[in-house]
Amino acid sequence: MTELGSAPVPELSVEDHVGGPLDAPLVIEYADFECPFCAALQAKLAGRRLRRAFRHFPVRTSHPRAWPAACAAEAAGLQGRFWEMHDLLFADQARLEDPHLWERARALELDLERFDFDRRSDAVRARVARDFESGVRAGVVTTPTIFTTSGAYAGRVQRAVLDALG
Amino acid sequence: MSVVKPGAEAPEFTLRRADGSEFTREDLAGQTTVLVFYPFAFSPVCTDQLSLYQDVLAEVEARGATLYGVSCDATWSQTAFRDRLGVTIEQLSDFEPKGGTCRAFGVYHPGGFAQRALVIIGADGVVKWSHQAPEPTELPGANLIFDGLKLAG
Repeated sequence: MTELGSAPVPELSVEDHVGGPLDAPLVIEYADFECPFCAALQAKLAGRRLRRAFRHFPVRTSHPRAWPAACAAEAAGLQGRFWEMHDLLFADQARLEDPHLWERARALELDLERFDFDRRSDAVRARVARDFESGVRAGVVTTPTIFTTSGAYAGRVQRAVLDALG
Repeated sequence: MSVVKPGAEAPEFTLRRADGSEFTREDLAGQTTVLVFYPFAFSPVCTDQLSLYQDVLAEVEARGATLYGVSCDATWSQTAFRDRLGVTIEQLSDFEPKGGTCRAFGVYHPGGFAQRALVIIGADGVVKWSHQAPEPTELPGANLIFDGLKLAG
């Protein structure tokens, strides 16, 4: 059994996908690549001076392709291209089937065979599951949910919340 | 009125299963039961909640518990809702007399719907844990169910 009782949202770790300047305000995001509100959040976050951590929160029942997409991002990450794949996935949420994932991997000039092996591997699945479980334990129910120094915000994030971060 | 407290006997109640048959306190015997009271089928917030619970359902079941969704919607609406979401969580209807079970559990909202609440009942028919969301729009995380199941032991 997996421990899923309440726990605070984990601090940043070496496992996290983190971008942005070290001294910028931190935003930890739980999101899924098939969620339209998550894609909208990317647009709101773009161009802001923030330190961002992306964590997977794929809910199979609402978004059947969220898990494969998350695993594809992780597999790209193993070749050093997590954020590029992240951007390509959010850029076209209507195309998340396997051939579309391969197209993106090709566009990023990934080693395709390795990409396909990795995205189906237990290690990658476990990596995505760890993010999901940490989100469940922190009380994430809906995507996107962001954790900032001023608190947690679920669903459509108001620009004012992001503006207030500086 | 607020949600029934731990230590209390589960009240008498009658809900309807999808096929119209009764689901009563007797059906709780011998199993740990998680009742998820939610306001309305098809409202976007309930949708997120049940989809997430579905994704952790195997973990709930691994702890020997059975989880049900309860609302004042008619069985037909609940079944359509369940199909639409693609969830297997059994739905129980508190449609007639409307809200009778919700009142018995202390979760009937004056607006005519179930408060968003979670109740865990032990195999002995005693309430082990309960939670009521401060607002119907606030979603109880799945973590709370696991906290409750731990206490229900």
